[in-house]
Amino acid sequence: MKWSEFFVTGEPLIYAADVAIVLTIIGIVFVLTYFKKWKWLWDEWLTTVDHKKIGIMYIICAVLMLFRGGVDALLMRAQLTVPNMKFLDAQHYNEIFTTHGTIMILFMAMPFLIGLMNIVVPLQIGARDVAFPYLNALSFWLFFFGALLFNISFVIGGSPDAGWTAYFPLASNEFSPGVGNNYYAVALQISGIGTLMTGINFLVTILKMRAPGMTLMRMPMFTWTVLITSVLIIFAFPVFTVALALMTFDRLFGTQFFSMANGGMSMLWANLFWIWGHPEVYIVILPSFGIFSEIVSTFARKRLFGYKAMVGSIVGIAFLSFIVWVHHFFTMGAGPAVNSFFSITTMAIAIPTGVKVFNWLFTLRKGKIRLTTAMLWSLAFIPNFVIGGVTGVMLAMAAADYQYHNSYFLIAHFHYVLIAGTVFACFAGIHYWYPKMFGHLLNEHLGKWAFWLFMIGFNICFFPMYFLGLMGMTRRMYTYAAGLGWTPLNVVATIGAVLMGIGFIVFCYNIYYSARYGERDMTGDPWDGRTLEWATASPPAHYNFPVVPEVTDLDAYWAMKKNGSGYEVKEEQLEPIHMPSNSGRPFLISIAFFFAGFGLVFKWFTLAIIAAIFIILGLILRSFDDDDGYYISVDEIKRTERLARKGA
Amino acid sequence: MGANHHHETFPWKHIVGFIFSLLLTFAALWVALSSGLSTGAIIGIIVILAVIQASLQLFMFMHMTESDSGKIQTINMAYSFFIAVVVVVGSIWTMSFVL
Amino acid sequence: MAEAAHRYDETMPLEYRTQESRLNILGFWIFLGAEVALFATLFATYLVLFQRTGSGPTAKELFEVKDVLIETLLLLTSSFTCGLAVFEMRRNRLSGLLTWLLVTLLLGAGFITFEIREFIHYVHEGATMQTSAFLSSFFVLVGTHGAHVSLGIGWMILIIIQILQRGLTPRTARKVFIVSLYWHFLDVVWIFIFTLVYLTGMVI
Repeated sequence: MKWSEFFVTGEPLIYAADVAIVLTIIGIVFVLTYFKKWKWLWDEWLTTVDHKKIGIMYIICAVLMLFRGGVDALLMRAQLTVPNMKFLDAQHYNEIFTTHGTIMILFMAMPFLIGLMNIVVPLQIGARDVAFPYLNALSFWLFFFGALLFNISFVIGGSPDAGWTAYFPLASNEFSPGVGNNYYAVALQISGIGTLMTGINFLVTILKMRAPGMTLMRMPMFTWTVLITSVLIIFAFPVFTVALALMTFDRLFGTQFFSMANGGMSMLWANLFWIWGHPEVYIVILPSFGIFSEIVSTFARKRLFGYKAMVGSIVGIAFLSFIVWVHHFFTMGAGPAVNSFFSITTMAIAIPTGVKVFNWLFTLRKGKIRLTTAMLWSLAFIPNFVIGGVTGVMLAMAAADYQYHNSYFLIAHFHYVLIAGTVFACFAGIHYWYPKMFGHLLNEHLGKWAFWLFMIGFNICFFPMYFLGLMGMTRRMYTYAAGLGWTPLNVVATIGAVLMGIGFIVFCYNIYYSARYGERDMTGDPWDGRTLEWATASPPAHYNFPVVPEVTDLDAYWAMKKNGSGYEVKEEQLEPIHMPSNSGRPFLISIAFFFAGFGLVFKWFTLAIIAAIFIILGLILRSFDDDDGYYISVDEIKRTERLARKGA
Repeated sequence: MGANHHHETFPWKHIVGFIFSLLLTFAALWVALSSGLSTGAIIGIIVILAVIQASLQLFMFMHMTESDSGKIQTINMAYSFFIAVVVVVGSIWTMSFVL
Repeated sequence: MAEAAHRYDETMPLEYRTQESRLNILGFWIFLGAEVALFATLFATYLVLFQRTGSGPTAKELFEVKDVLIETLLLLTSSFTCGLAVFEMRRNRLSGLLTWLLVTLLLGAGFITFEIREFIHYVHEGATMQTSAFLSSFFVLVGTHGAHVSLGIGWMILIIIQILQRGLTPRTARKVFIVSLYWHFLDVVWIFIFTLVYLTGMVI
């Protein structure tokens, strides 16, 4: 293989990226060495099995990926502002929309939500950690190295360029030779394994590790949504695992699954992809609904309206989300019988979500509203998401979809549901739970500026796209002719995108500013919260709760505050607490996965096999490992609790 | 949990499970190769026989309903069966237009 | 709640006695649910593609009843003997446990041997996984099952070693129970391979 095939050459921007990457790596190594922080990094972060730290690492990665995905978006908008721009050629445009979509869904939304799940759920159910802490660490590092593998493609070997949906026959070797789409198949496979483990972990955690008295119908709504999301993950991700494996076999080993000869069926890829792909969008929206439920009820100072109906809706979604997938390819030709069935199920799935919207509205009604930044994001979600949702019902009508499919109408729809749904929830959730994570609040003034810039920018960017779609502008086109009447709305959309970018920068500045000057959270309960995570210190002790709380009602902590003096711990109640040991193996096994993946991408099978042997070695060592964790002594608990209370 | 498990003296469950699995296997073989039924009927019957044998093994061999989590384990397997049917039947039906 | 991780309940079988074990066993059942989804996708792919043989051989031309029957009986019997191993474990009979685990292993190895021979036979006849969509999906479906069985054999060997080193403890008992769940599950999957791949292929 030539160097020019291994490294991406001929592009000034890529060379600039190469330089930036090398400088960043040197910078990080220098800082760690100068401040003598290597041991700290290994002990506190690379080997941790603590769900709170794992959650923070997920969110850091997600914010970095939001940056990269956002830059991709701005590049696309720059290219499309006016007709016949020569900023990006077709090949580059294809690579950029592919990485934009893949990164935003799989490496931004998923880790952001999984990060919040990790930090919050064990605290909300009164547990000390998840059911499988070691597996949790492995989940994170597999995600990290899968994402890393995907992210280096644009400088080493070449980006995938067949869209985030990677349809065949375009994604086959015949039409996409080179390693780009190998990166897609392999990197997503590695990350996907991590996600599947997360699903299993949280399902068992929520079902078996709730504090005494917390029945299923007394769980916080965020925990409920995470429970159902875990079910979706467990049953949907294996479908993607198989689809990616079949893609890998076709591209690397010459099988005929999706080929155009010898019996292959290209369209089968779309079918398998979307059997996973539709539950996947529910995987990113249900936790978002949970986040909004928590925030709306906290800042309306009112119990969530219609708890039972909310639970019923999300359970309904657990079934329905698996029987709507064909709506992603009504135009593929399955015929009226198939299309009608899936049209009906798709319209039906709007109903439970509608129920939830009404419940949020009724929660707000006659509540004592506090307009914090988290609440602003949540309030904005409601109308914006509804716009996305109703256009979804328009798309659900199969016959009409023949007009809308893969036009900018579709792009507007899914960005309205994904951004107003998931991204708003990520911003809302991080503002809400930030004090719990780091012990200080994010600045409200900066938070509100970021909110208004981003939210208004979002509407300016994407609302015109509905009309562009109706005017005939198609998805994934790298430029368009003048004289079609599309230019004014494209200009408007680009302005909106720039505003979103500025909003994101303000958000990042807020993180820095608050780290230096942010208001400290001294009580652990800055919002007068309703759920158990607010009963812990900010940030919580390593073991979360010194004594496992007893739950008597829904909104467990609110009940404790109303009926008594909150969560009180008498020192006589303390017992030694058992904690799992840290381990470096999840990090090391994931590095092996990275090299195995890299080997597969470039068809360097020797490397792949050697790395696979290390993976198996890691599993064998795990099997023989009888480390049983350690105990935190009562004395240490007393000291930790007294220190925390001193600050209050 | 102690209540729904009693220490057996002889592995009855396993022997019964094994014998019935063998019978169901040979029955399916006979239906497929020697019964002379129509193709559709054969496929229908052997699929049913397979589901029966699978359920048998879940109960007899795998102790699915045992333990505090027996209900969860059963619901899990039932839901996974629902998913399997949706994925298999859904794919065959959706892709049937490809001649 | 975490303290309960080391609380023993003497009325339960050994493998359920610690909270950690109970969580692990439940976690493994959930994982089996995910495996059902995985194999369902492979079956869906196979059933959509199995009649698309291109210029290659059809299922009817390739499959032979004798081989399939031998493989089925080997695997089914190994699932039975695996059950006997857990039965012996629950009666605290270490030698019985080890004997039946070893028998299970050998039957499993026999299954894999016959399956590899079957695959090699097809390849010699010019029926490789690159030949047609039918053969791609056949080799990947049945091969994935075979890979799972092979991994199970390796896993069982590791556990046998641990039992020899450490005896029967709540932890080793749990490991035996979980690998037995895995092993039984693979036989359940085989029932569907037998039915939907081999019998169907010989009929349609």
